[in-house]
Amino acid sequence: MHKYHKKSRILNKRVALLITMIIAAVYLVGIFIWGCCIGEDSYAVNFGNKFLPPSAEHWFGTDNLGRDMFFRSIKGLSLSMVIGVISVAISSVIAIVMGILSAVFGGWVDKVVNWAVDLCMGLPHLVLLILISFMLGKGVFGITIAAAVTHWPSMTRMIRQEVLQVRNSQYVQAAYKMGRSRWQVAIKHIIPHILPVYFIGVTLLFPHCIMHESAVTFLGFGLPREMPAIGVILAEAMTHIVTGKWWLAVFPGIMLLIAVIFFDLIGEGLKNLLNPHTGNE
Amino acid sequence: MFKKKSLVSEIIRLVILLFAVSVLAFVLITSAPIDPLTSYIGTESTLSPEARQEIANYWGLNDPLPQRFFTWLGHLFHGDLGQSITYKRPVAAIIGERFTMSIILMIVSWVLSGIIGFILGMFCGKHENSVFDRIIKTIFLGLKSAPTYWLGLIILTVFAVLLGWFPIGMAAPIGKAATDVTLGDRIYHLILPAFTLTIVSMGDVILYTRQKYIDIARSDYVLYARTRGETDGQITRRHILRNIALPAITLQFASFSELFGGMALAENVFSYPGIGTATTAAALNADVPLLLGISLVSAVFVFSGNLIANILYGVFDPRIREGKAHA
Repeated sequence: MHKYHKKSRILNKRVALLITMIIAAVYLVGIFIWGCCIGEDSYAVNFGNKFLPPSAEHWFGTDNLGRDMFFRSIKGLSLSMVIGVISVAISSVIAIVMGILSAVFGGWVDKVVNWAVDLCMGLPHLVLLILISFMLGKGVFGITIAAAVTHWPSMTRMIRQEVLQVRNSQYVQAAYKMGRSRWQVAIKHIIPHILPVYFIGVTLLFPHCIMHESAVTFLGFGLPREMPAIGVILAEAMTHIVTGKWWLAVFPGIMLLIAVIFFDLIGEGLKNLLNPHTGNE
Repeated sequence: MFKKKSLVSEIIRLVILLFAVSVLAFVLITSAPIDPLTSYIGTESTLSPEARQEIANYWGLNDPLPQRFFTWLGHLFHGDLGQSITYKRPVAAIIGERFTMSIILMIVSWVLSGIIGFILGMFCGKHENSVFDRIIKTIFLGLKSAPTYWLGLIILTVFAVLLGWFPIGMAAPIGKAATDVTLGDRIYHLILPAFTLTIVSMGDVILYTRQKYIDIARSDYVLYARTRGETDGQITRRHILRNIALPAITLQFASFSELFGGMALAENVFSYPGIGTATTAAALNADVPLLLGISLVSAVFVFSGNLIANILYGVFDPRIREGKAHA
């Protein structure tokens, strides 16, 4: 990853990075679409197939009700992604509004925003998620809102920092001096500068949301038991682990892990490509 | 030394924040669609509506929210957090008991992850791009993305079920009277959850220390030190260690929030009777007093971490100590 690394490559770094990112994106989008298309009969209850270990027919084995774990995992992952998309969308909008407001207006607005960030970070994130989901009566609605209203603080700070930096830069100061209004400066200089940061932030926020959603679901405060979410699958796996049904826990977890790593990879890749120092290596 | 004034203002700020967090937790919990009365007496009670109304009045459930909050706060200052519905005992006693168990788990993993993580990070930084460095880096980059509870499940499967080296869970052997439980039993049952929590929290320290080591080793002042003829050991001791150790320690303190979350998940996987398992039990049974108590304790816990981190920044960073950079 660094410039002292001497090794002849067939592809230069930029192309190699782009290719990995595209593979990751195709994989994630593929899982998402496939999961949406899977009907309930792919993982229907079948008592004849209880606790089958992984085989060619059932890649990830089957559970105590004979349901195919592979399809359940795919479905669960795509469900997680749906919740992730919704909550990231809401969180990032909150973050961009709050971040820009606090940097542009400063003064008491800045104080209030910083205070709200501190407040949101004052409780352990998991406890806050549980409390909000609990208040909203758990379920899909509870966990989505909980994830949506707790993921903005770090991004707000990041955006605020960026806006402050642009605002204090010479070209923006010059634009003000030449009589451009706040709006003109915002549209011409600040927003184009913020957008890349915003997109990177959004991609990196995604895995966080998915992980938190699955953790809260695992503890029993998120998606309901009858949905094939990764958290539910792993919570069920926990009850069968003593009897040695290892496949119930291993594969769904690895699917989640791969998804999270790919999201991180795309986010970090974007960061490197958009940064002129590393983008042209 | 550190300015007294900014320390005091920092503490005041945190106390106000703590108050706000408790208001937030109170509002969140009391607006849940759960009737505390029903959850206390059960759904199958034959209580007449008049009697219910009387109890509700007696408990102050019909009072406006602010008044209820201040009643709760008033009791809190007397050390009374109410009665837990799940465990039928005072909340303060339960939290005290459970928190001791959790704090042991957290301290062990916190200290271990800090020390081992720092040493590994330094080593990886020193031997950048060696095989060892690459292996460690890949493992911990992967672990950073792994859900804590899944990791716990895998560790449980491997070490407790397949190998049978460790017990499946709990903090003491099942069926043994509390007085017979030895220290050895406790440690034996602590190993797996502590191991899980340690490797989960270690990733950040390793990667941070490693990156910082590499950055500093390439800096101009280290180059200058080398031209002055300082040996590797001297450079490490005089320049690198000093510059990394304090931010790394601060990072450890600032990670209390994640530590708490990880602890809650690990405890649930290993059915370790600490605050984490109490939280899920409380929320499942709509145990409002216990849930409030736990939120408050967890907030205090995170605050103390942040406070220590902030004070450490101030004490050790001469720029902040002089009050110039602190804007």
